[in-house]
Amino acid sequence: MPSLRDYRDRIKSVKSTRKITSAMKMVAASKLRRAQEQAEASQPYAQSMAKMLTRLASNATGASSSKLLSGTGADQRVLMIVVTADRGLCGGFNANVVKEARTNARNILAQGKELSIVCVGRKGYDLLNREFRANVVKNFKDAFGKKRVEYAQANAIAEFVLDRFDANEFDVCQLVYSEFKSVLVQSPRNQQLIPLDVSAVKDEKADAEGVNLTYEFEPADEEVILNKLLPRNLGVQIYSAMLDSAAGEQAARMTAMDNATRNAGEMINDLTLQYNRARQAYITKELIEIISGAEAL
Amino acid sequence: MSNQINFELVSPEARLVSQAVHLAEIPGEEGMFGVMAGHCALVSLLKCGVVKLHKTKDGEEQRIFITGGFADVTGESCTVLAEEAIDVKDLNVESLEQYLKDLNEDLDLASESADKKRIKNRIEITKAKITAVTGR
Repeated sequence: MPSLRDYRDRIKSVKSTRKITSAMKMVAASKLRRAQEQAEASQPYAQSMAKMLTRLASNATGASSSKLLSGTGADQRVLMIVVTADRGLCGGFNANVVKEARTNARNILAQGKELSIVCVGRKGYDLLNREFRANVVKNFKDAFGKKRVEYAQANAIAEFVLDRFDANEFDVCQLVYSEFKSVLVQSPRNQQLIPLDVSAVKDEKADAEGVNLTYEFEPADEEVILNKLLPRNLGVQIYSAMLDSAAGEQAARMTAMDNATRNAGEMINDLTLQYNRARQAYITKELIEIISGAEAL
Repeated sequence: MSNQINFELVSPEARLVSQAVHLAEIPGEEGMFGVMAGHCALVSLLKCGVVKLHKTKDGEEQRIFITGGFADVTGESCTVLAEEAIDVKDLNVESLEQYLKDLNEDLDLASESADKKRIKNRIEITKAKITAVTGR
């Protein structure tokens, strides 16, 4: 049976754990707010770009010459970008994304296709590198800045992907990340980036005003603009995935730490009860010893 | 007012400007163009240069440097998408020139062609920034 001292020590250690988890929860809450603000701030750009893409695509006559839109004509080589967090202690957040990525990767390999993986965020790399060591081609660790997600970083990733694409190293590019649905719900999502599915962009912009206007283009050939716009759009897609992921990470951490704090509280209550019982038993035992000692005289 | 057009300047990280202007001068790929209310619908590529905003017909102009991007114009609104945008007032010629010097040194050191391309690109942008401040 543990002594009183053991109980005291355990209560003390659980209390300090609770302090840590509740502090982490508050930090995550304030970081979450910032991440959400940032995600909101990036909305106008992404929306305008989607609007413009729709206009261009609906005006583009005939088959597009851009491979980013029409694909290379094959789908044998797949590049998968996996966006996870840099840190753990956020519940099932990373595990869920990695699970989705892993299922996807196994599917691709089972179909006899070639697969390469680009990891964004350290956790995804740690978890995927074990099973798919041969397939992981690049890891952008510490991709998320200390305070905020930098567009420059997303752009660097996009450039890396585009360089690979131009060198004809893959046909299809997929992006696996955690979509931020609400503070309580983040769900993994698999999105195809190359070739781009314009109808997916279009749906969101069903309300786009002035779709029926006839546009002039400068330079007059839509293809020229489209060829500039598509690589940019890739950067924007990656950026918004990173923002979603950053917000989701903090939300998941907040929930996880909230649970941990509550569990620690329950544990403290249990331990305190046991401690008090043990203390009473100890007192009773001492009294019995004294009394029976006195009676024996 | 009917003779004003809603001008928006957005970068990936934030909406930088959103206001009604009388005239916006925009550095298009094929030359500067002005946008006023009722402009015909237009999508244009932009090059590195200065966007000039005139709030009223003969009011003061606001000058914003952008590093290229896209413009989406309809009769009522004008949206400029820029990767990077900075008010010309906030540009400092001395630090820019220093930066340009550093970049030139980097260019000599860089070995990979991708790096060189990137640095050359940045040199172009910095030069354009300097012209934006000095040469009106």
